[in-house]
Amino acid sequence: MEVRVQNVRKEFDRFPALHDVSLDIRSGELIALLGPSGSGKTTLLRLIAGLETPTAGKVFFGDTDASEKTVQERNIGFVFQHYALFRHMTILENISFGLKVRPRSSRPPAGEIRRRAMELLDLVQLSGLEKRYPNQLSGGQRQRVALARALAIEPAVLLLDEPFGALDAQVRRELRKWLREIHDRTGHTTVFVTHDQEEALELSDRLCVMSQGKIEQVGTPDSVYDHPTSPFVFGFIGESSELPVTVENNELWVGGRAIGVPAGDAQPGEARLFFRPHDVELVEHDASLAGVVSTNRRVGGTRRVELEIGGAGHLVEVDLPFDHPAGEKTRLAFRPRRWKLFPAV
Amino acid sequence: MATKLRAQTKRRHSPTSERRSVQLLLIGIAVAFMAITLVLPLYSVFHEALSKGVGAFFAALGEKDAQAAIRLTLLVAATAVPLNVVFGLAASWAIAKFEFKGKAFLITLIDLPFSVSPVISGLVYVLLFGAGSFLGPFLKSYGIEVLFALPGIVLATIFVTFPFVARELIPLMQDQGTGDEEAALSLGANGWQTFWRVTIPNIKWGLLYGVLLCNARAMGEFGAVAVVSGKIRGQTTTMPLQVEMLYNEYNAAAAFALASMLALLALVTLVLKSVLEWRFGEEIAAGNH
Repeated sequence: MEVRVQNVRKEFDRFPALHDVSLDIRSGELIALLGPSGSGKTTLLRLIAGLETPTAGKVFFGDTDASEKTVQERNIGFVFQHYALFRHMTILENISFGLKVRPRSSRPPAGEIRRRAMELLDLVQLSGLEKRYPNQLSGGQRQRVALARALAIEPAVLLLDEPFGALDAQVRRELRKWLREIHDRTGHTTVFVTHDQEEALELSDRLCVMSQGKIEQVGTPDSVYDHPTSPFVFGFIGESSELPVTVENNELWVGGRAIGVPAGDAQPGEARLFFRPHDVELVEHDASLAGVVSTNRRVGGTRRVELEIGGAGHLVEVDLPFDHPAGEKTRLAFRPRRWKLFPAV
Repeated sequence: MATKLRAQTKRRHSPTSERRSVQLLLIGIAVAFMAITLVLPLYSVFHEALSKGVGAFFAALGEKDAQAAIRLTLLVAATAVPLNVVFGLAASWAIAKFEFKGKAFLITLIDLPFSVSPVISGLVYVLLFGAGSFLGPFLKSYGIEVLFALPGIVLATIFVTFPFVARELIPLMQDQGTGDEEAALSLGANGWQTFWRVTIPNIKWGLLYGVLLCNARAMGEFGAVAVVSGKIRGQTTTMPLQVEMLYNEYNAAAAFALASMLALLALVTLVLKSVLEWRFGEEIAAGNH
C-alpha cells in the first residue's frame, strides 16, 4: 500500500512539531525516518498511524483519504519502542489479540486464529515459547513478539517506532538483519523511525532525514550519503569535518593559501567546506590543507587525527590507517578526495 | 594465616547494617510499640466481648437492633464501594491517561476527604439536605428522605471513602502510561475491548487493594455517618454507631461483641492485604510511591 503524506502540520499546545511536511512512501518499500530527537520523526509516524491527528494536511493510504479514519480503521501494524506487550497475556494470546477483538463477522474461527499465531511465531523464530509471558523473555525476543503481533492483523502498512532503541548493540545488529529478511519475505510497506544513522543506512531502501520538524532530504542511502543537500545532512549522516573557506579565482583558499581544491561553480566569497575524514589523500608538495596535529587516537583499525588548520584554530578530523607512518608526524598536509561546498551562514 | 583471616571476618559485621545489639534494640522497640497500641487493644476487645461467656456473645449479636445495624452496615458498604470503584476508576483514568487543564486541582480535590474531618463532611450534607436548605424540602416534597435515612448515610460514606480507589490507581496507571492502550487500538480493538481486556487486567490487583481499603473504611466510618444518620435505633445506626450507643448504656459486653465483628473485619482486611502485597507486591508498589 502506498502512503502519501500531504502538507501535514502538527502543533502541540501551539508548539509546532511538524511544519508542512510532504512525503510519498512507495508500496512495498522499507523507508527510514531518521533524525535527532525532537526532529518530529516519531510525530510523523504516529500521524501516519492515526495515533495523532494533524493540525492541517492529509494522509492518503493508496487513493483513500485516511485523515478522517480512526487508528482501528486504518489497519496498520505498529511496533512500539518499549514493545507494549500485554503483560497478563501469554505470547500466543498477545499475537492473537488483534484477530480475537475483531467483530464476529470478520473474525476467523478459534482454530484458524491459533494456527496463524503459531505460523507467525515460527516466522519470528520463537516457536516453543507460546505459553511464556512477556516478562520471561529477553528484550530482543519481546520485540520479535511485538512484530509478530503487529503482522497478525495483516496490516496495510507496518510502522516501527525506534524498534531497536532499547536493545544492546549485539542484539540490535542481529535484529536489523532479521527485520530486513522478514521484510523481503512478507513485502509489507514498512516505515521505521530511528536516530541511528548506521541502522538507517544499512536497513532501508530509502531514508528520509528530518530536522526541527522538517524533511531535509529523501533518497536512497547511497545518494543521501554521497550527495547530501544541506550542511545538516552532511553532518548527521556519517562522519564529517567542516572548515570555513574563501572562494576566489575558482579555487578554495584557507588563511590566504590556495588548498588545491577547485571551486567548481561556487560564487566567490565565504563558504563552508565539508568532507569525510576517511575520504582524504595525504599530499607532500602540492597545494594542500596543512595543519598541526592536536590529538591522535587509534580507534580500532583506523587512526583518527585531529588537525588545527591555520591561525584561527579550526579543527578538522582526518582518518589514516592505524599503521600509516604519517601517524607519527606533528604536521600533516592533505586534500579531500570528495567534498561539498555550502554557502556560509 | 587463614584462620586469622577468618577470625577477622567473623568479628566484622556487614558494612551497611547496624551492629547486632542495635538491631535487637530497634526490633524490640517496634514490637513493644505494636503490642501496646495494637495487639493489647485488640485482645481486650475480644476478651471483653467474651467476658460473659460465648452464649451472651452470640445473644448480643443476635439481638434485633444489632442485626439491623449489621444489615445496614453491609448495605451501605455494598452501595458505597461499587460506586466509589466506578468514580475512582473514571477519575484515575482521566488523570493518568489524558492531559487537561486543572489536573493538579482535580487531584487535590480527590484528596480532600482525607484532609477534612469526617464530622465536617457529615455537616456539609446536613447543610445541603437539612430542613433549612433548598434541596432537603424539595426532595422531601417528592417523598425522598436524605438526612436521617439510608441515602444520607451512603452519601456521607461515599464522600469519606472516595480517595481510596483513586489514590491507589492514579500512580499505578500513570506508571503504566498509555502504551498498552495504544497497542490495543492499533490492533483494531475498540475502546470498550481495550478497557476490559487491557486496562483492567493491568490494574486489577491495585484495584482490589483499593477496594479492600475502601470497604474497611466504609464499614468502620463513624464521624460523618454519626452526623447524618440521626442515630435512630434499629433504623439508621450502623455498626460503629451501635457500638457507641451500647457502650454509653453501660452494656459493655454487647458493645464489645459488636466491636469484635468490626475488629474481625479489620483483621481479615489486613490478612487479605498482606496476601495481596506478598503475591503481587510489585504491581501494588507502583501505587504506593
